[in-house]
Amino acid sequence: MKVLVPIKRVIDYNVKARVKSDNSDVDLSNVKMAINPFCEIAVEEAVRLKEAGTATEVVVVSIGDKACQEQLRTALALGADRAIQIETDQKLESLHVAKLLAKLVEQESPELVILGKQTIDADNNQTGQMLAALTKRGQATFASKVVIENGKAVVTREVDGGLQTVAVNLPAIVTTDLRLNEPRYASLPNIMKAKRKPLDVVAADSLGVDLSPRVTLVRVEEPAKRQGGIVVESVSELVEKLKNEAKVIS
Amino acid sequence: MKILVIADHDNGALKPETSKVVNAASKIGTDISVLVAGHNVGSIVEAAASIAGVSNVLVADNAVYETQLAENISELVLSIAEGYTHILASASTTGKNMLPRVAALLDKSQISEIIAVVDENTFKRPIYAGNAIATVQSNESVKLLTVRASAFDLQGTQAPAATSVVGTVVDNATTQFVSIEQTESERPELTAAPVVISGGRGMQNGENFKLLEGIADKLGAAIGASRAAVDAGFVPNDMQVGQTGKIVAPNLYIAVGISGAIQHLAGMKDSKVIVAINKDPDAPIFQVADYGLVADLFDVLPELEKAL
Repeated sequence: MKVLVPIKRVIDYNVKARVKSDNSDVDLSNVKMAINPFCEIAVEEAVRLKEAGTATEVVVVSIGDKACQEQLRTALALGADRAIQIETDQKLESLHVAKLLAKLVEQESPELVILGKQTIDADNNQTGQMLAALTKRGQATFASKVVIENGKAVVTREVDGGLQTVAVNLPAIVTTDLRLNEPRYASLPNIMKAKRKPLDVVAADSLGVDLSPRVTLVRVEEPAKRQGGIVVESVSELVEKLKNEAKVIS
Repeated sequence: MKILVIADHDNGALKPETSKVVNAASKIGTDISVLVAGHNVGSIVEAAASIAGVSNVLVADNAVYETQLAENISELVLSIAEGYTHILASASTTGKNMLPRVAALLDKSQISEIIAVVDENTFKRPIYAGNAIATVQSNESVKLLTVRASAFDLQGTQAPAATSVVGTVVDNATTQFVSIEQTESERPELTAAPVVISGGRGMQNGENFKLLEGIADKLGAAIGASRAAVDAGFVPNDMQVGQTGKIVAPNLYIAVGISGAIQHLAGMKDSKVIVAINKDPDAPIFQVADYGLVADLFDVLPELEKAL
């Protein structure tokens, strides 16, 4: 079984994003970048499926400029077999990404595509679902457990109020939630080996997808700042303030 | 402008989020229809029809919609989408699962988790874990939007609007429901509670979360948790507040033993009043707290319960 894992290069999750002074966007110059944490979980799951003998090949793909090759190499060091970069300088919407990935799914015909549930930059939570619609495949989003058996992916999903389990016929689309697994670290020998693994570059234009923007980013601003608070000395003072000053309890 | 709101329910009751999504819809236009898809949804339909501003409820009552699989609901929405300029759903796990599938079937870009309506084409939404607010303008003929319910008020009620039945029944060949494991709780729903008290890694174990229960009962509060507490197995993951968990904006949020990582703040910093109880005076949570108490939570919690 071939597994395709799309990954995204994003701001490191520990870095607090700063808004540019002209309010045009978030400032990403000289900011530490990394694999989106949910994508890392997706890579880990694919590699575990390979180690369990369920998957035969793990292909990672990223869409972006040359810089995203760094994240593809990291994924190769984590155990992916080969990488594909879909090259574009353009800022893409989830629908564009899903359409490009759908073309790749057509070419590679993986039986399982594992994506992160959302990227921590745009916070959209759309691409996996859109890819499932475009490829007419079943979807299992927010997965915290994936079992492949009898031609199906049996997936436990994290939903409001509890856990839901669905069975999706392969080929299927799965998106990862945080608790699916704990990603491993790349070892130095594996980082060295990853440099020799194949990484193909495909021009986004060559895939015949209309990438013209549908949504315009008008402005980006800082969220309203909270007023500075006070430190109280005791529980009784806290309760008194909540009752009489903030009036949030009675 | 013709607006379709997809009702959020658990096939037992209508979720309050639906009323808040209708509130968001009412800032776009006045012709608002609500789609209720489920099985044996009589009381849910009634509740939806009674939300102020709803002009019409569309009912798709069939066993195939009972578990609200995205594959079925998205085809249903596609079959009735003609003529609508806006299609809205709550940014709950159900809405997030289904709406992007609808968007792709309609070949439209979606805008996720809007927190404000600027005009019929323009919306505000948080990005980068809420560290920036983007104003975005959709150029699509149909706008698909998920709505962050905590950013909108509950709508009032009205004499029930008319209902009509949607005939289409779509069952998919790819995905089957297997089971659901619901977390039992008698407390208010986390996303709708007026008061939330949350525990973090500082709680040390799941047993100690009992210390929060007495306080929660006295305040009518829901109990939440940070990711650290969930990952450590103290409590189930549907209690998680944060960028990847639930987004809450109660009147009062009490953070106990939570350091205040960016990802947690993303889920609660729009609360009206924030209280932090932490023994580390340098914990980042104190930067957003209105009232901070630097103390050991094991000393303070029993005292707080008594004082209320």
